[in-house]
Amino acid sequence: MRIHVLFFGSLTDATVVPDIYLETVADTAALKELLIQQYPLLRTAKYFIAVNQKMVQENTTLKTGDTVALMPPFSGG
Amino acid sequence: MILPGFGLVSQDKLRSAKVLIVGMGGLGCPALQYLVAAGVGKIGIMDADQVSASNLHRQLLFNASEIGQNKVVVAAVKMNQLDNAVLIDSYPFALNKQNAPEIIKNYDLVIDGTDNFSAKYLINDACVLLNKPWVYGAVSRYQGQLCVFNLAEQDTPAINYRDLFPVAPGSGEIKTCEETGVIGVLPGIIGTMQAAEAIKLITGLGKLIYGRLFNYDLLRAGSYEIAIAKQDNPLMIDRDFFESMNYVEDCVMEADGIEEINVATFNSLRTNPNVFVLDVRERHEYPAIDFSDAQIPMSELQDSIAKLPEKEICIICHQGIRSVYAARLIKSQRHVRVYSLKGGLTAYFKEAL
Repeated sequence: MRIHVLFFGSLTDATVVPDIYLETVADTAALKELLIQQYPLLRTAKYFIAVNQKMVQENTTLKTGDTVALMPPFSGG
Repeated sequence: MILPGFGLVSQDKLRSAKVLIVGMGGLGCPALQYLVAAGVGKIGIMDADQVSASNLHRQLLFNASEIGQNKVVVAAVKMNQLDNAVLIDSYPFALNKQNAPEIIKNYDLVIDGTDNFSAKYLINDACVLLNKPWVYGAVSRYQGQLCVFNLAEQDTPAINYRDLFPVAPGSGEIKTCEETGVIGVLPGIIGTMQAAEAIKLITGLGKLIYGRLFNYDLLRAGSYEIAIAKQDNPLMIDRDFFESMNYVEDCVMEADGIEEINVATFNSLRTNPNVFVLDVRERHEYPAIDFSDAQIPMSELQDSIAKLPEKEICIICHQGIRSVYAARLIKSQRHVRVYSLKGGLTAYFKEAL
């Protein structure tokens, strides 16, 4: 199992890297928990989740080859 | 202009178009310059600020000799020099809840050149209220976001900014360009793309960035798109909602520590004697409920915070948006555990059926 996780905008303040690969994670809820353990600053970050370039609102099952994006709101101008 | 697919018809559409640009910053300046050059007939420009040295690197419309002058006044003079047929409406003040509907109703579309969330949510909600499309643009670090919102289409409900992020982040959560710095060319690219979307919207050319969030990465020189899903329980952004919102960046607000709870959790909390259930809807809002301990409308909450009991506070409203703002307000002044019912009473009654 291999899932590609992308961090956008200011989320890289918490993660340092723009993306990571994860071997096993069942769904987006588990992914969020895992990421918070790995990057505690993500706990208070605001973002939505997209799976394979589609925004998801509910917990979504993940499978090998999926790309998950964490997208925060931007406000600069 | 001789460009295949463009022609006189498109030029005429641009000439009769009316566009409002809110914010004469790194996004608004290039958008304005390109729209005037393209022949847009009437453009409203809005900003309360003066030209300052720290923004010259990303606001190329201005130069050092204009530091201290009002941005809108300087921009209007220059745009009339570029095309004396263009009609520039100058608004040398900020958009607010009171003036937004009156001003926006005079235009076909709005370009968001603002640099803060409260302004973006204000533009969004006012445009939804008035059925106007708007072109969102924003930058962060080395990336930009772009999207057309609230486009009236047949069959499908219009997508707006609150479908992406229903609640504005607390002011401490996300830093602005002024605080973090930005490479000037980045808002230049995004602002120019906003002008391109506006031109497409006006002329009907091509495919708009609608229903998808466009993310541009300057370092990678690449883009990433995300299809936007309409929220399952879309917010009703009506006059009541608009009137009850605050739209002011409040520096004392903190976002941390507010727990958004679901209906099941709410049901267990509301019967707990240690939890105070607070309804922040305005008094005329329906339906009446019998499970709150008090009703203090959002508009009066600030003055009543000191009177709240020393208990955990669970806040409810119509749709779960105002309750988040109310929770932040209480949390910033009281050291108690604060909850907000996600989805509000809409979600509550939906579940109860």
